[in-house]
Amino acid sequence: MFVARSIAADHKDLIHDVSFDFHGRRMATCSSDQSVKVWDKSESGDWHCTASWKTHSGSVWRVTWAHPEFGQVLASCSFDRTAAVWEEIVGESNDKLRGQSHWVKRTTLVDSRTSVTDVKFAPKHMGLMLATCSADGIVRIYEAPDVMNLSQWSLQHEISCKLSCSCISWNPSSSRAHSPMIAVGSDDSSPNAMAKVQIFEYNENTRKYAKAETLMTVTDPVHDIAFAPNLGRSFHILAIATKDVRIFTLKPVRKELTSSGGPTKFEIHIVAQFDNHNSQVWRVSWNITGTVLASSGDDGCVRLWKANYMDNWKCTGILKGNGSPVNGNSQQGNSNPSLGPSIPNLQNSLNGSSSSRKHS
Amino acid sequence: MEELDGEPTVTLIPGVNSKMKQMCFDWGPGEMLVCETSFNKNEKSETEPGCPFIYIIRKDIDVYSQILRKLFNESHGIFVGLQRIEEELTGKSRKAQLVRVSKNYRSVIRACMEEMHQVAIAAKDPASGRQFSSQVSILSAMELIWNLCEILFIEVAPAGPLLLHLLDWVRLHVCEVDSLLADVLGSENPSKHESFWNLVTILVLQGRLDEARQMLSKEADANPSSAGMCRILGDLMRTMPVLSPGNTQTLTELELKWQHWHEECERHLQDSTFAASPHLESLCKILLGDEAALLEQKELLNNWYHFLVTRLLYSHPTVKPIDLHLYAQSSLDLFLGGESSPEPLDNILLAAFEFDIHQVIKECSIALSNWWFVAHLTDLLDHCKLLQSHNLYFGSNMREFLLLEYASGLFAHHSLWQLGVDYFDYCPELGRVSLELHIERIPLSTEQKALKVLRICEQRQMTEQGKYREFHRFYGEKRLADAASLLLSLMTSQIAPRSFWVVFSAEQTYELMRCLEDFASRRPVWREPGVQRLQEDVENTKLEMLRLALARNLGRAIIKEGSLEGS
Repeated sequence: MFVARSIAADHKDLIHDVSFDFHGRRMATCSSDQSVKVWDKSESGDWHCTASWKTHSGSVWRVTWAHPEFGQVLASCSFDRTAAVWEEIVGESNDKLRGQSHWVKRTTLVDSRTSVTDVKFAPKHMGLMLATCSADGIVRIYEAPDVMNLSQWSLQHEISCKLSCSCISWNPSSSRAHSPMIAVGSDDSSPNAMAKVQIFEYNENTRKYAKAETLMTVTDPVHDIAFAPNLGRSFHILAIATKDVRIFTLKPVRKELTSSGGPTKFEIHIVAQFDNHNSQVWRVSWNITGTVLASSGDDGCVRLWKANYMDNWKCTGILKGNGSPVNGNSQQGNSNPSLGPSIPNLQNSLNGSSSSRKHS
Repeated sequence: MEELDGEPTVTLIPGVNSKMKQMCFDWGPGEMLVCETSFNKNEKSETEPGCPFIYIIRKDIDVYSQILRKLFNESHGIFVGLQRIEEELTGKSRKAQLVRVSKNYRSVIRACMEEMHQVAIAAKDPASGRQFSSQVSILSAMELIWNLCEILFIEVAPAGPLLLHLLDWVRLHVCEVDSLLADVLGSENPSKHESFWNLVTILVLQGRLDEARQMLSKEADANPSSAGMCRILGDLMRTMPVLSPGNTQTLTELELKWQHWHEECERHLQDSTFAASPHLESLCKILLGDEAALLEQKELLNNWYHFLVTRLLYSHPTVKPIDLHLYAQSSLDLFLGGESSPEPLDNILLAAFEFDIHQVIKECSIALSNWWFVAHLTDLLDHCKLLQSHNLYFGSNMREFLLLEYASGLFAHHSLWQLGVDYFDYCPELGRVSLELHIERIPLSTEQKALKVLRICEQRQMTEQGKYREFHRFYGEKRLADAASLLLSLMTSQIAPRSFWVVFSAEQTYELMRCLEDFASRRPVWREPGVQRLQEDVENTKLEMLRLALARNLGRAIIKEGSLEGS
């Protein structure tokens, strides 16, 4: 029930990250060839590369889009110890006709002394803000106070995690009931069995981020981490890519029960743990409603996880490659009838083998 | 809603070699982006041959033929209608109205089935013909289940009428009888037709005794030696007591009469009245509800629920609803005879006979890969006040969970998403926020779409309707310069004297900013040829000011809304 279309990527080296923009009409890719490419989807559904430029002097690990209300803005981070913010400028009309656009660097963030491993924009209700994390174990939060001037960014916070950091995730919840929160994962492989996931929360009184929780049960290197979008739940869901896929819930404990003024305390439960990828899990990411988690791992597959209405999580789909060749921009895939599995006999027509939740 | 024994679907992405590489990916609103990579990061990776391809994966929405889209559109109309008349559904007419809604849904399914059947027949290549045919079977199964649910849960037929409804149900779904009837009757010597006795038998199995008698009279005419027996059997058929609608006799009276009739049939069997004709004797045994005789007709019965209904007709016509499940289970077991195991459809029907609504919905959710069926059926059953609510965070009850899933799926489609909006509207817990999440992702690729989205937001907002609407009118009429001017004047006039004036709410501002960026980025398209450079500068300045004004409004709106909420 999925159709796969391929686009020739044209990077000269490994691609490390791919990222859709908010509307799914543009995407960005970044690579060890030190460049970022931006692709646009035309009215007819074809993708064209509209920009390709050298961004760093080392492998580019991650690329990410800001919310469109801030304009067309990208951030990238690299082995070259920097992160950068890019903005698209409205090109000359001939450029537009040629289908090219220009991206200019608005700022370079040079505070890290080691490879910058992740960069993520904060939820839009926090303004134009981003966080980076580095192998030097520090998470840095920058803000552009004037959204009309993207060249002015100031370092607002430096959070020391004491372990080499590999990934960060902002809690996307915009509820006023929750303070801004950021989760940090570490892939530090030193023998100290320190917990590899830390959660920091912004304190309105001290105006600083303070550690709220450490997930003590995660002791293996963490490669990716992701808060789920919150549709109004009173608790948070966090997915972790480590030697398996893990999903935790964090329920805030009522403030009266904790020492006032300190960070929120959470009841932490693990609600799912899957080792189907057979070894390391490298990426985890939630869909826009936070109902499906995708993970990718050493087994070369992308797996989709979903909870039923009784809160049982299960793998509902696998994307994998069998190595067969592909033709250019071809559109191939499985075309099954859209309401159910394709078995003709009436009695057999509701065979339960296709349990992936594909929508109408 | 997967169970532990359901396997996840595997989608193959050609060109990716999962044995050698891993994949990085990203979610989009309607698609997923996937790319081959290698995660063990070394700064100096041996220069791999440049990564060849990026893959866009999306749910195969376009397989939805025009026919299915009609199903979605029409059922949407029924759904919204049902939500709206909820307050008016009172008293005695409530049940009748809900039954009517149920029948409407079913007729939409049947219409869709019929159309798809036509397309299947007309299909040029066998593969797509097969695909359409299988789609027809699935729709047919859905209608079968829905129909049974209507009889048991919505109609809530009591003992007596229950059997009549079940007979109708079976007759509706085993429809080869009519074509066979036409075949046989149309032939020169009907009683000599090779399928004659099959026809008579199936008519009896379906309780269509008048027609069966007609057939017997043809046999009597053609074969005088059997005339006597035919007449007797025909009389038995004629005199079988049945509850007809509008009949005033009580159930007890009916049972009594039926008992006497049953004994009369038994007597004929004992007296070997029909011994000379194996066919007629077998028919008599069927009238007596003889299990062995019925099971001999497995092929004609075709499925266990037909067997069940026939069995009930000829042995327990006044079966009570609560006893149904016993007969259902035993019918299934007897019919399968240990040779095969129950299919998912069987389990769904069994759950229905057990009046286990939650089980029905759960099993349907597993068996059908689409939320359409369970979402609409559950919603209807909820209006019948049949669902207890379980507490879950994806919507406070199962109904909402299913509607949210269904509606979310619609949003992946470039035009069906508009239907999704209404479904979200009727999800009191999470509908609003789900709608916001989805709608903000809709790319405003055309003016039409932009207007639609704005209108939807507008309908659900409380403040500043007038100016907002005016802006949109200009925008819609493509008087973009005017639109921009209006907006600009609005905002700049407020900025100077009263710097804390909030003209638009935060949400409206986001929409406006988006509109602005949308037409700003496409401005060259709107410009008349020969426009002067000066004018272009003026336009740019205006845009900048607008942006600034909107941003300021946004800031103030957020503060204002924040302080209102926080107080």
